[in-house]
Amino acid sequence: MDKLTDKTFQFELVSPEQVLASEQVYMVEIPGEAGNFGVLADHAPLLAAVRPGIVTITAPDMSQKTLFVAGGFADVNNNVCSLLAEEALPLSDIDTAALDKEMADLKDDIVFAKDDQQKVQRLQRRVAVVEAKLYAVRQAA
Amino acid sequence: MPSLKEFRNRIASVKSTRKITSAMKMVAASKLRRAQTQAEASQPYAARMAAMLQRLVSKMDAGGAAPLLMAGTGRDQKHLLVVITSDRGLAGGFNAFVARLARIKIRELLDAGKDVQIICVGRKGRDALKRDHGSKIIHTYEGIGKKRLSFADAQSVADHVLGMLEAGDFDVCSLVYNQFKSVMTQTPVAQQLIPLQAEAATTATPDEQPQNEQGALYEFEPSEEEILDRLLPRNLAIQIYRALLDSAAGEQAARMTAMDNATRNAGDMINKLTIKYNRARQAYITKELIEIISGAEAV
Repeated sequence: MDKLTDKTFQFELVSPEQVLASEQVYMVEIPGEAGNFGVLADHAPLLAAVRPGIVTITAPDMSQKTLFVAGGFADVNNNVCSLLAEEALPLSDIDTAALDKEMADLKDDIVFAKDDQQKVQRLQRRVAVVEAKLYAVRQAA
Repeated sequence: MPSLKEFRNRIASVKSTRKITSAMKMVAASKLRRAQTQAEASQPYAARMAAMLQRLVSKMDAGGAAPLLMAGTGRDQKHLLVVITSDRGLAGGFNAFVARLARIKIRELLDAGKDVQIICVGRKGRDALKRDHGSKIIHTYEGIGKKRLSFADAQSVADHVLGMLEAGDFDVCSLVYNQFKSVMTQTPVAQQLIPLQAEAATTATPDEQPQNEQGALYEFEPSEEEILDRLLPRNLAIQIYRALLDSAAGEQAARMTAMDNATRNAGDMINKLTIKYNRARQAYITKELIEIISGAEAV
């Protein structure tokens, strides 16, 4: 891949529990609600909802890093891109076996909670996150 | 005058109390450090969320129907109080202060003819409010943050509040919790969550201001309204999360201070008791000597 520009911009990935990345980068690919999008330096101001998926960070030396985010919001402004993730972790930290188990548990819970609409909705949201995690890992593998 | 043995026993028991309080102080100190780091770690997210929200809200005011979370139901009749305390006591006035503020708030609202409902987070708050307002407590969360406070804990409280809002169970929701000012001071505060107050949206850092002027050029994906619809529940969860973290750090700080005082008091007590013990011992020796001498003289 050729570099389109030598410019870099500040990228910040924060979850409620910690700051996962805060660095100058060349490009970031974010799984937006309406499709993936890439952010380069001097991107137009943008506020986007983010769905669960993989964020790819390309450093100025073209090395790449991938992280999983469980949905959130991206804010691009003044050459600062901040991604507020509900949950984020490096792909390598995802444990497939544990996820498979969680998925099975969640499916059981849904069957049990079928009368309680709110609970079902909450569980389904978690299922979506786990599914996205599994999908992300399989894609990367 | 108690006997020497009684003195010895009392000194031993105060000493073991001192051991316990000083151990509790150490534990609280190490937990405090952890809680403080966690509270600090949540700051960047909360600050950016507030900035983002402000940017959106500043553009929204002209637009039509504002979301429920921001504008509320338009009524001011049914109030929901979320009272955050700790599960454990022995933390000085920590829980009592929150309970007192909550009671004052409840009184005010009741006097104004409003309906009040309470959600307690933490057992101590429920225990304190149960006597006067037991019937108004609709739910109690216990064991939150027993191990490590996670965002999911805040999310479950937020989900509960949101569910009630959608069902029309309340019009105004406020948080009552201990704000962590410093290790020495925690101030009980009441913060209104729903409808969102203007000042809550302006907590953004001042340097966000100039960027705001670019707001007109913003692109939204999907639409502004949809983002706002999603951002507001997040913001609610974040506010609750922040209050929980503050409260957790405050609890440990309060306990540390309380236990430090208790340890010092135990030390003072031991000194006083030791002096009394020595006096009693000397009196006893003197008495025995006098008996021996007067016995010898009689012979």
